[in-house]
Amino acid sequence: MTATVGQHAQAAARASDVWKVYGSGEAQVVALRGVSAEFERGRFTAIMGPSGSGKSTLMHCLAGLDSVTRGTVSIGETKVTGLNDSGLTKLRRDRVGFIFQQFNLLPTLTAKENILLPLSIAGRRPDQAWYDTVIATVGLRDRLDHRPAQLSGGQQQRVACARALVARPEVIFADEPTGNLDSRAGAEVLGFLRNSVREHGQTIVMVTHDPTAAAYADRVVFLADGQIVSELIEPTAETVLDTMKKLDTPAEVTR
Amino acid sequence: MFRATLKSLLARKVRLILSGLAVVLGVMFVSGAFVLTDTLGRSFDAIFADAYEGVDVNVAARPKIDVGETEGMPVVPEPVPAAVLEKIRAVPGVAEATGLVAVDGARLIGANGKVVASFGPPQLGENWTGESELVQLREGRAPQADDEIVVNRALATAGKVKVGDRVGVLTLQPKQEFTIVGVFGYSGGRDSIGGANEIMFTTPVAQRLMLGTPGTFSNISVTAAGGVSDAALRDSVAAAVGADFEVRTGTQLSEEAAAGMKEALSFFNRILLGFAAVALLVGTFLILNTFSIIVAQRTRELALMRAVGASRRQVIGSVVLEAVAVGLVASVLGLGAGIGIGALLAYLFSTFAGGLTLAGIGVPLSAVVGAFAVGLVITVVAALLPALRASRIPPIAAMQDVATPDRPLTRVTVAGAVVTAVGGALLALGLTGNAGGNTLATILGGVLFAFIGVALLTPLISRPVVGLLGAVFAWSVPGKLGRLNSGRNPRRTAITAAALMVGIALVTGVTVILDSAKSSIGGLAQDNLKAELVIAGAQSGPRPPSFDPAVLEKAAAIPGVRLVDGEYGDLAMVGGQRTWVAASSDIAALRQIFGAEPTAGDIDRLAPDEMLVSSDTATARGLSVGSKVPVQTSRGEARTYTVTGIYAASQLTNPVVLPAEAARGFTIPQPIQGFIQLAPGTRVADVQPRIEALLADSPEVSVADREAFIEQQTGQLDGLLTMIQILLALAIVIAVLGIVNTLALSVLERTRELGLLRAIGLRRAQTMRMITVEAVVISVFGALLGVVVGAGLGAAVVEALRDEGITDLVLPWTQMGIFLGLAAIVGVVAAALPAVRAARINVLGAIAHD
Repeated sequence: MTATVGQHAQAAARASDVWKVYGSGEAQVVALRGVSAEFERGRFTAIMGPSGSGKSTLMHCLAGLDSVTRGTVSIGETKVTGLNDSGLTKLRRDRVGFIFQQFNLLPTLTAKENILLPLSIAGRRPDQAWYDTVIATVGLRDRLDHRPAQLSGGQQQRVACARALVARPEVIFADEPTGNLDSRAGAEVLGFLRNSVREHGQTIVMVTHDPTAAAYADRVVFLADGQIVSELIEPTAETVLDTMKKLDTPAEVTR
Repeated sequence: MFRATLKSLLARKVRLILSGLAVVLGVMFVSGAFVLTDTLGRSFDAIFADAYEGVDVNVAARPKIDVGETEGMPVVPEPVPAAVLEKIRAVPGVAEATGLVAVDGARLIGANGKVVASFGPPQLGENWTGESELVQLREGRAPQADDEIVVNRALATAGKVKVGDRVGVLTLQPKQEFTIVGVFGYSGGRDSIGGANEIMFTTPVAQRLMLGTPGTFSNISVTAAGGVSDAALRDSVAAAVGADFEVRTGTQLSEEAAAGMKEALSFFNRILLGFAAVALLVGTFLILNTFSIIVAQRTRELALMRAVGASRRQVIGSVVLEAVAVGLVASVLGLGAGIGIGALLAYLFSTFAGGLTLAGIGVPLSAVVGAFAVGLVITVVAALLPALRASRIPPIAAMQDVATPDRPLTRVTVAGAVVTAVGGALLALGLTGNAGGNTLATILGGVLFAFIGVALLTPLISRPVVGLLGAVFAWSVPGKLGRLNSGRNPRRTAITAAALMVGIALVTGVTVILDSAKSSIGGLAQDNLKAELVIAGAQSGPRPPSFDPAVLEKAAAIPGVRLVDGEYGDLAMVGGQRTWVAASSDIAALRQIFGAEPTAGDIDRLAPDEMLVSSDTATARGLSVGSKVPVQTSRGEARTYTVTGIYAASQLTNPVVLPAEAARGFTIPQPIQGFIQLAPGTRVADVQPRIEALLADSPEVSVADREAFIEQQTGQLDGLLTMIQILLALAIVIAVLGIVNTLALSVLERTRELGLLRAIGLRRAQTMRMITVEAVVISVFGALLGVVVGAGLGAAVVEALRDEGITDLVLPWTQMGIFLGLAAIVGVVAAALPAVRAARINVLGAIAHD
């Protein structure tokens, strides 16, 4: 079942027959086996799969953080595959946003400075109205002058989300954004990620292994053993869980 | 635990190598110094043993003035009358007694018209007493006529002269011409003994030119008849010649000569050890920092060890063990490098000193012990504080995130203030001369304490200063990030900067002192020296250059010359005390040229039995006009002079001025400097060439205008300054290693952060700029501290030397600016490797980095 899923004209990110192989000889590990997928603009897509399924690798390749062995990756009209370091840097700086599991804030900067960091690196001035909207959305107005060490985990992740949102990238990649948060803080973060898609048309691709988190997405793509094996539109936690259960058994056998 | 320690040690090779390098350099200095002095010492032993091999017993008279090795005057041997030689020949047990003349100060004018210079080894003028086991003619024949000489091979080579050449020789007399009739060498095919240049005359000529007294010898060499021991011979000869003479065996003589050389060497040794101490002080900062960072990075690991049951003592032990391993390796490497450096310096020394035959390179026990004591102790002491801190990590830290809270700086600041105060007090005590006999030790201790104190205070200062410095770069995002990074761990920044501070402070301090001295001397000369032309030469060995006194009279006859004063100088016993004395060819001219003012009596004229003293000497010795003072010069009998005038203390003349006649008894009975005042309206350029022409036969000196003379006088300080700067540059190099180390460790520590920055779009070049800004901020901060502390120390010393005549305080602003500029460059250089490393970080790997 390696069919290309989500055939829409307006893809924010696209993978075509992407293979990713680590190592060589006996130590060779094939992480992705000819994955083709499109991620539509203005939608919140979750990539799910058991650990070792290649979901993080797929995201890293899509975001230009990792190179592919074969196949091509594009962000919008730009082919990511083949870009050199400065091209990749520019791509990440201007068109892609990131949210990590481990928040990854700079301890020396305040919350506000962290949020504005991608823009200052790019030498762009923030759109004040949008900035206010983002701050209001993530609810950090009274925490802006705090340093990361003075913020809770949930607050730190909200700062990280605001940092990704404020530059209005074409696509935001989120890697297990709720993995280090308790369920309440996690729900908050997922809530406004969904809002940013629904209300502001942001494109988000999120890797998760948590069915509850995946249920916030508009669409879930399932990976197993380096291949796309299933897809759900308008998922709920239950449907996601069911699909996962079905996947688990054969996946274990093939590994 | 032991295994775990070794494993973690091996895992961090690179950073330990960097900090170990500082110890290696320090140890290298220490062991190198010992190897060098040991090798040279044994070389001198061998030389002197050789030189006195054919001597069983030596008889000499006590010199009238006892002069030390480094006092800027050669010793004048007291002539031994020929009658003594006869007396010795009659002593039973004497096989042979030879009267010798061997006196320093025979200067050959080489083929290029210049005096063949010596930078230490003597230039002996001797009488030819025939070939011996030691001395062998290589070419030509022995000198027979009064104008014939033989020279040793080394001198012939250095002066590019050969048998048959007509050459000029300077002795007690001005230039005289001789024909070289032979060239000699020594047993074993050597061209020189210990680099000495030797000229041998016929005996009467040697007596006249080298001793100034016909029919005398500088010493008498005695060989024993068969069956008579050297000691027995010595005793019987001593009994025969009486107590006025020093009678010693050849062995004693060579031991004494070698001991004299070794004293000079030990001075050299102490200087090298001083620089080693500076290098090690800087190294201590570096090691302290490295271990602190390593302990901080290993917090989780150490906490885990505590959690699984390691005791505090074991944690301390593990860190100290690491230090011991680093110290051991560094000591071994340092010792090896030190042996190499010592050998190299010994080789350079032997070449420079003109063919000193080196004994084999020796590694004395002191070098080995010193290397390990210094290397191990310094490393362990530096690691002790971090080890204690490591032991205080609670086991729970293993479970928590590694957020080490900022520890308050109160304690370290209080400690810093106390240590700085102690340093200041010691300095004040030492500089005001209230430290009893330990002035130097007290001052050095004060400087050390001041450095450590300032280093402890640095974390407190670092926040605002680093912030301010960083503001310069904060216009760009990488600059701003770099600035924030440099302010992020004040202790780490502080220690790194403090390491640089030490070197820069010492260089600045020395520059302040020497520049102040230069300016004071120059200013004094500018204000007080009323001479348009000065005859002088640069001194390269123990003997100041001199010139023919006849030049003075001829110069006075040149139209346009108003006053001429020739200055003689020497050490003499004045009233039983060793004192620098001067004599002037024209006392009235001296007064006018130096602008001297009488405070009592008359200083315009001086009869042959009259003397002048400076006002402070008069006060110190209770002299007044009319006092009678016995004066013994290097040659001749003691005379009593009457003080007829007292002049205001001046820095340009010696404390006692004797009449011109007294100069005949000086070590160098020729003028050392000449001052010429021109009549108003006379052009310097008209007179200078005519005086230059007069000096044709006095190649040791030249005539210069006043500015050039001042330049020449103060130029010697420039050489000293350069030497000190080169040696201290090592301390700065170590500090640069420290910056590299700190940055490399910081980059490692912030791998994830760097990954994030790259992920959100920081370009490689921007990443490198960020690291570079951090390095530049730290190094400029260190240089700034160094410049301030150094200027302070220098100013304190200058203030203390006010009474010695250093009245101007000159702050070398340009130099200090250059240091800051250099520091910025140093920062860029130090950042290079860590920056490249940071830029190459794999973004994906870095983000996942734990």
